[in-house]
Amino acid sequence: MSPAKLALLLLTLLLAGCMAPTGMAATPAGSAPPADLDFSATRLGDNGIFRATYKSDIDPTPLNELHAWTLHVETADGAPVEHATIRVSGDMPEHGHGMPTQPQVTQELGGGDYRVEGMRFQMGGWWTVTFDIEAGGANDRVTFNLRLK
Amino acid sequence: MSVMHRQKLWRTGVLVAALSLLTACTLKLNAAIWSADELQTLRSLSLTALKPLPPDPSNAVADDPAAAALGKRIFFDTRFSANGAVSCASCHMPERHFTDGRPFGVGVGVIPLNVMTLVGAAYSPWQTWNGKSDSQWSQALLPLENALEHGGDRTFYAHLIAEHYAGEYTAIFGPLPDLSDATRFPRHAGPVDAVAASIAWETMAAADRDAVNRVFANIGKALAASERTLLPRPARFDRYVATLGDDGRPQGASVLTEDEIAGLRIFIGKGKCINCHNGPRFTNDAFHNTAVPGAPGYPLQRGRIDGVARVQNDIFNCLGPYSDAAPEACSALRFMVTEGVTLVGSMKTPTLRNVAETAPYMHTGQMATLADVVAHYSGGGYALLGHNELTPLNLSAQEAAQLEAFLHTLTEEPGQ
Repeated sequence: MSPAKLALLLLTLLLAGCMAPTGMAATPAGSAPPADLDFSATRLGDNGIFRATYKSDIDPTPLNELHAWTLHVETADGAPVEHATIRVSGDMPEHGHGMPTQPQVTQELGGGDYRVEGMRFQMGGWWTVTFDIEAGGANDRVTFNLRLK
Repeated sequence: MSVMHRQKLWRTGVLVAALSLLTACTLKLNAAIWSADELQTLRSLSLTALKPLPPDPSNAVADDPAAAALGKRIFFDTRFSANGAVSCASCHMPERHFTDGRPFGVGVGVIPLNVMTLVGAAYSPWQTWNGKSDSQWSQALLPLENALEHGGDRTFYAHLIAEHYAGEYTAIFGPLPDLSDATRFPRHAGPVDAVAASIAWETMAAADRDAVNRVFANIGKALAASERTLLPRPARFDRYVATLGDDGRPQGASVLTEDEIAGLRIFIGKGKCINCHNGPRFTNDAFHNTAVPGAPGYPLQRGRIDGVARVQNDIFNCLGPYSDAAPEACSALRFMVTEGVTLVGSMKTPTLRNVAETAPYMHTGQMATLADVVAHYSGGGYALLGHNELTPLNLSAQEAAQLEAFLHTLTEEPGQ
């Protein structure tokens, strides 16, 4: 390789190195979540029976702070679902662990709204929060995706 | 111009350009400009993000200065031990950020666990490595009756209060029970390992045991009122974050060195340290299993799963008869995770504030230096119990040194 070509190569490499963002050494924790994740606060259940909407008492949803959510449950065609039995679980799919608390539905507020207490997240990143909902002999599972900082 | 001359000029030009670029590149890296996301993360770690201390509804005197003053005197009082030589400060040394610099705590015996700092501990819903207490006051009672720590028992401590602190105690908590009848209130009685004291406790009337339990609980509440005043103070890291403008660039002279900044970048990035060591106290107060081996020759610590069982059965927990809280205020217990593999072998994330000054490390002090700790997280490990959350970081020697350098910036600064 001629000295000129060598110098050109050096220049190209430097340019490439310099263009890279300074934070490039940092890799995301674990494998990245799927690109098409739906982070919306309203989602239809796996069985298409119930649709749920969550609202955190503290917005944005905090880390390391116990807080409550209000969960609204309705049928797929929009009728509020009352007297449902609801179980809550959280998970970090990239880390193989869930929440540091076991949240519970502590009160039915009426109009298809339920108070969920004991919510706490201990890590930033991709979370799933799943509600298993049983009402009127029907079952459905609604899962929300969250990205916490 | 000859062909050769042109080529020479061309070569020189390219080299000059390359050198200028190299300089610019280096300058850019040195400037340590943070992205908007990174800046948000750094500010979330700064002490300015620390929220006001949450109340402890289980302790009615938690924020009473008179209780804190009494608690402070008891904290340093070696009479509160079986041999008259051990106080809380024997292990929680103020000059060592309320740790003791030893692998194991040393009371009347040797406790095969590393002493955790008390600084900022009032923020945590769980106390001790496995979270066997849900308040600072109920935690404070455990070492008092542990045979290896203070080695005493609760009637002994109640007598000490009556003999040395009756005035202060009464002003805060109301009248003391009359403990003068040695038959009803033996000098030594309590649910402890010592056989004579244990039998004496069993033979006491239920109402007398309750009266002693209440004094004992109040000793814990006074100690907790004092411990609640121990809050983290600003470190060089906090000063550095304060210099960062909204554009992520530091203003003025750099407060951290290049290596420390590189270490900080690893901390919030490749090192994944921030997964657990997050927030202004650098802890999520949760329990994790990162395959940390226990001290050789000692039984394996089962971690959180034992803490859960212990706190559920503690009469001094938030839901117990000596708590001042309404049951619905006992949120830690109400929403406690009581089952699952993640409880096995997991320990509470310790704060990293002042970490460079609080060696040795881990639950049995088995790692002498920060370099050892970084090497563990870099190399990975195998959990003898439970599910290992740790994936090896594979840091280079330079990265490991930079991460360690960053950890030194978390030491509180004098006069702050």
